[in-house]
Amino acid sequence: MRNEPVVQVQALVKRYGPKTAVDGLDLVAGRGVTAVLGPNGAGKTTTVETCEGYRRPDSGTVRVLGLDPVRQSAELRPRIGVMLQSGGVYSGARADEMLRHVARLHAHPLDVDALIERLGLGSCGRTSYRRLSGGQKQRLALAMAVVGRPELVFLDEPTAGLDPQARRAAWDLVRDLRADGVSVILTTHYMDEAEQLADDVAIIDGGRVITQGSPEELCKGGAENTLRFTGRPGLDVGSLLKALPPDSSAAELIPGSYRVVGKVDPQLLATVTSWCAQHGVMPDSISVERHTLEDVFLELTGKELRS
Amino acid sequence: MTTTTPGTYAPKPGAAPLGRMIAAQAALETKMLLRNGEQLLLTVVIPTLLLVLFSTVDIVDTGEGETVDFLAPGVLALAVMSTAFTGQAIATGFERRYGVLKRLASSPLPRWGLMTAKSASVLVTEVLQILLLTVIALLLGWSPQGSPLAVVMLLVLGTAAFSGLGLLMAGTLRAEATLATANLVFLLLLVGGGVVVPLDKFPDAAADVLGLLPISALSAGLRDVLQDGAGMPWANLGILAAWAVASLAAAGRFFRWE
Repeated sequence: MRNEPVVQVQALVKRYGPKTAVDGLDLVAGRGVTAVLGPNGAGKTTTVETCEGYRRPDSGTVRVLGLDPVRQSAELRPRIGVMLQSGGVYSGARADEMLRHVARLHAHPLDVDALIERLGLGSCGRTSYRRLSGGQKQRLALAMAVVGRPELVFLDEPTAGLDPQARRAAWDLVRDLRADGVSVILTTHYMDEAEQLADDVAIIDGGRVITQGSPEELCKGGAENTLRFTGRPGLDVGSLLKALPPDSSAAELIPGSYRVVGKVDPQLLATVTSWCAQHGVMPDSISVERHTLEDVFLELTGKELRS
Repeated sequence: MTTTTPGTYAPKPGAAPLGRMIAAQAALETKMLLRNGEQLLLTVVIPTLLLVLFSTVDIVDTGEGETVDFLAPGVLALAVMSTAFTGQAIATGFERRYGVLKRLASSPLPRWGLMTAKSASVLVTEVLQILLLTVIALLLGWSPQGSPLAVVMLLVLGTAAFSGLGLLMAGTLRAEATLATANLVFLLLLVGGGVVVPLDKFPDAAADVLGLLPISALSAGLRDVLQDGAGMPWANLGILAAWAVASLAAAGRFFRWE
């Protein structure tokens, strides 16, 4: 039971008229936090909305908590929490009124007052939804997704438009959900968000998952890593290169700033520092640049702008 | 940083009992409707003004008998139309536009539960309207006749017919188009539906066609009973039932949730 995936998507195809939004997508999400990354128009929202039961697949199968989101919707809906990208609230309703209403639709909701306090929604007071700030709307939508004590929460760009404090608060909430055994599927544009929160990251482009793994795994694989150090200008890079493993390269980029590209591991670091010691070089700084998720993302999805 | 007791968010999913969900939804819908100023203008202010103005000032010749005896049934029909059709179409159109229907569709409340709650909220509003308008009409000297059962049947079938039309519009047009069209239709039917202007003021051919509109059937049916003390106005009930079946079926078929 514990290892059963919360979301299982197989060969999902979804077209809107002549446009194929999702093109044979496979995705398995286990318990914990799964981030779905991808450029605009990659098929993230369509995939998530198919899991939520909003869209009927043209072909392929989707199972969420082992259920078919369309045909077994009545059974599934009480067990999931949904945060839409925008809207979802009566324009004349107050934040607490709407949150209490959603709580009333569930059998064992969270303490609404505590949730309001935690997400700073108390400041909304008697203001109606249409007059709330973007951040307040976003936090209300997040609260509405979790108030029913679901097993699985879908968050579609949960921190878009939040200020840094509110963003941290949202992250803390996701971490607490995870710690209490709630699974989370979140789509995001923010690489740091995925790195901070996700156990598992799936990168989607062109309607397919192009890679999936933990943030560490994704950052490890792929391109070479880089080590940089600064020292006095004009060092003999050729002799450094001889000391390095054969597939490495070394260069003085600007006077006094050196870059070694290769398989950066403790051995390589030791080779560079002992070469410095032999040549009487005191590096002012030495740093290992790991591949970030953003590098991986741009490498896989290209750097050109999307619509 | 806020500290939270571990286990606060531990999953404990479950839908509330169906009756509780529908009651909560109906209460919220009614609250939203009564809070909305433009809706109140349509559902309360306009029918009240028409009733008072046309009863006290001789604007339209309403035939023999007290003017208020002619007007009150028409204004009750107008009240039903304003809530079940115009108000419901506009509110639902914007709920669709702003993702409220979408968000509720992933909540434990089933779609038919949402629709039941909407109908309940429409009925509650109508009861409040009818109470208010009845009191005003009585103060203006109204003396209603006929069987209350026939009146209730007319009101319920009228509500069903107008709800179907309102939801059909809300579920297929853009919210702005619904807003404009629903108001326009309200105005046209107010004039051409026998509410304050008797249909026999129109040319015969036009009157025959206008008589088939749901607003005409409702106001004529109510007038037959309340003004003339007729028994069951079967013909008008039949027209309303036909509109109800057709419009609800079309709404069920064509309504798009987002």
